[in-house]
Amino acid sequence: MQLEDYALQGFHDEMFDESGVARPEAKLLLDTIGALEDGQLQRFQRAAERRLVQMGITFNVYGDTGGTERIFPFDLIPRIVRSEEWNWIEIGLKQRIRALNLFIDDIYHDQKIVKDKIVPDEVIRSAVFYRPQCVGLNPPLGVWCHITGTDLVRHGDGKIYVLEDNLRVPSGVSYVLENRDLMKRTFPQVFEGLRVRPVDDYPSNLLQTLEDIAPAGAEGKPVVVLLTPGIFNSAYFEHSFLAQKMGIPLVEGRDLVVESDAVWMLTTKGRRKVDVIYRRIDDDFLDPQAFRKDSMLGVPGLVQAYRAGRVALANAPGNGVADDKVVYAYVPQMIRYYLGEDAILPNVPTYLCWRDADRQHVLANLDKLVVKAANEAGGYGMLIGPHSTVAEQEEFARRIQAHPREYIAQPTLALSRVPTLIGDHLEGRHVDLRPYILYGKDIHVLPGGLTRVALRKNSLVVNSSQGGGSKDTWVLAESLNGSRDGDAA
Amino acid sequence: MMSETNPLLSRVADAVYWMGRYIERAENVARYIGVNLNLQLDLPLDPAHQWQPLIDTSGDTESFQKRYGVATQARVIEFLAYDTENPSSISSCLRSARENARSVRETISSEMWAQINAMYLQIQSQRSMPEPERLLDSLREIRMGCHLFQGVTDATMTHNEPWHFLELGRKLERADKTSRILDVKYFMLLPSSKEVGTPYDDIHWAAVLKSVSGFEMYRKKYGRITPRDVVDFLVMDRDFPRAVHYCICCANESIHTISGTARGYYQYRSEQLMGQLLSELDYTSTDTIIKGGLHEYLDALQHKMNEIDDSVRTEFIARASQSQSQSQTST
Repeated sequence: MQLEDYALQGFHDEMFDESGVARPEAKLLLDTIGALEDGQLQRFQRAAERRLVQMGITFNVYGDTGGTERIFPFDLIPRIVRSEEWNWIEIGLKQRIRALNLFIDDIYHDQKIVKDKIVPDEVIRSAVFYRPQCVGLNPPLGVWCHITGTDLVRHGDGKIYVLEDNLRVPSGVSYVLENRDLMKRTFPQVFEGLRVRPVDDYPSNLLQTLEDIAPAGAEGKPVVVLLTPGIFNSAYFEHSFLAQKMGIPLVEGRDLVVESDAVWMLTTKGRRKVDVIYRRIDDDFLDPQAFRKDSMLGVPGLVQAYRAGRVALANAPGNGVADDKVVYAYVPQMIRYYLGEDAILPNVPTYLCWRDADRQHVLANLDKLVVKAANEAGGYGMLIGPHSTVAEQEEFARRIQAHPREYIAQPTLALSRVPTLIGDHLEGRHVDLRPYILYGKDIHVLPGGLTRVALRKNSLVVNSSQGGGSKDTWVLAESLNGSRDGDAA
Repeated sequence: MMSETNPLLSRVADAVYWMGRYIERAENVARYIGVNLNLQLDLPLDPAHQWQPLIDTSGDTESFQKRYGVATQARVIEFLAYDTENPSSISSCLRSARENARSVRETISSEMWAQINAMYLQIQSQRSMPEPERLLDSLREIRMGCHLFQGVTDATMTHNEPWHFLELGRKLERADKTSRILDVKYFMLLPSSKEVGTPYDDIHWAAVLKSVSGFEMYRKKYGRITPRDVVDFLVMDRDFPRAVHYCICCANESIHTISGTARGYYQYRSEQLMGQLLSELDYTSTDTIIKGGLHEYLDALQHKMNEIDDSVRTEFIARASQSQSQSQTST
């Protein structure tokens, strides 16, 4: 296969340096690809896609009553991360999650950070996902965010930035494991030559994290279940996949009842007590008695049982307050406040539209900035200035002026790119990276994570709902000069 | 006795039970369409006599007439195999089996899921009846696909409580289908007494046996084909895997393994009903059955199996849960 025509177009590329020379960590893979016959890579790609369909690794398309299922597009060219860089990212992620966890605990208790005027009171009071129902809650081990999927990006300056924290119910980890499985079938010899850090122990670590938080007084081995909204949820594949890999029951709301402040599941032999629930249902739908009354998915009384300490929930309800993009802007200050350290992984500079000076700057630069709704996810409610029309900019200007608290803006990042198979050749496509962080008695970071790729030409939006796909992420086990670097940090 | 395992959710028990039934149902439909196609080449009858009985066997006579009118080969095959609006068609059975499998993917093995999914994708891509030359092959593929699923299930899934629910569904469905095929064919074949003892009669009964894959095994045991021996084989045989007696023996084993009750005793109504039916099969004789009227006997048998199905679901599945909304009925 020809690689000579591959063009960097001025972007930071994860596989080639500025002068177009293969980076050392990418050389073996690029040599392997270069040696393939024409059309071979496409055949590999089609075989991989066929396998995804055959294994039913699909998501449901919302609003499609025909029950259409699609595969999450997958690209065979992986993203490779050097060992040293990853070790540094891992330390940064652990630092950040510690601070965020302390922040959430503080917000639902004494709010010292507000009293000390580090985070403004009005920001918390106006946070859409602040949950007064959670005030005074004491989750086991003091951990609120057990599973986090932080989004990282690399900008044109070559530095890694944190884009979002995703502290509620992050999804996508099943694709990391399935992608790896596909890649091992496709490039076994490259794997052998590179020593890629394995990801297959994620389900064991996840189960350990969940068992760690079992309430005191649970007898014997704790009963852990995964709570799903059901087969029509777009992430249902992942729910069943994780339950299967952990060997725990996959339950729906209708399988659970609360009695005497304990949670029970309905089995063929009557009721069995449940100790830990890995819930993949949003706060709003968790318990119609505590949150949305019209929820058909949740379990009435669940939050009361949680409050009584009879059952543990992962993640804890109420975390959404720290997913607010206005609150996000204060994370570097949180790290300093709670840990007395400087943030290792920088935030993307963020303009908060409720501040007059920031708002004026944003309104004057709508054609250059990315504007985001503070509490939306999935690539919705977003304006990418350089790619937008004047009419779209005017629309966002109106929205920002009407609801300044609901919008933030950031410089348009030149996200780094990875070669991606487009038709019969490789083209650069923008990527981000979502590592998964587990927080129980210890903190584990999955090496690598989900690399999401914007498959549309020039697009900066990697979300699957907006034409995004995924790639495998290879974190090398040792530095290229030979020293083993496995479990540092 | 089954060793102590994880508790089984009632919803999951329900889903694996139905998954077993649907796969078995799909296989049986494919089987009797195939045999009828073969039979037609030997003994062309007028279509109403040739194809109508298949609709009657499946118990969907009314809905067929409403939508298709007079039974012709093409209409009957379309209705029974590919019509997605007919809930008992092969296509619908595989879709339902897959929906149930999807809801319990974490309980069954990946290989089982992959096999169900492959069969579903196969029939989805078909949509309507293949050309005549492809039709028999296509039905054979479905049958073999269902066999493969059973083999994969036996070899990759622990024979634990959910496996026994699957098995229970499968064996009850199979007993029901065998009894229906026998009922319809017996009713249709016996009155034409002028053909009794002729080659036609022989070919017809052979077709009945073939439709349950029993022709070769029957020959080994009885040799010459007589209606009495066909009944003996398909109802009373303890060893032939599609005979009613065999299926009820297995179903009885499964229900006792699920409940933990010793064999020969009962705690649940479903165990009691199953035990009664099994004793009856154990100690009655084929001649007694025929003397009392085969149709009456098979009718009562189906009724008893429906009762067992009802009580299994009340006692093990719906008992604990608040909202059972499965609208799946046995046909």
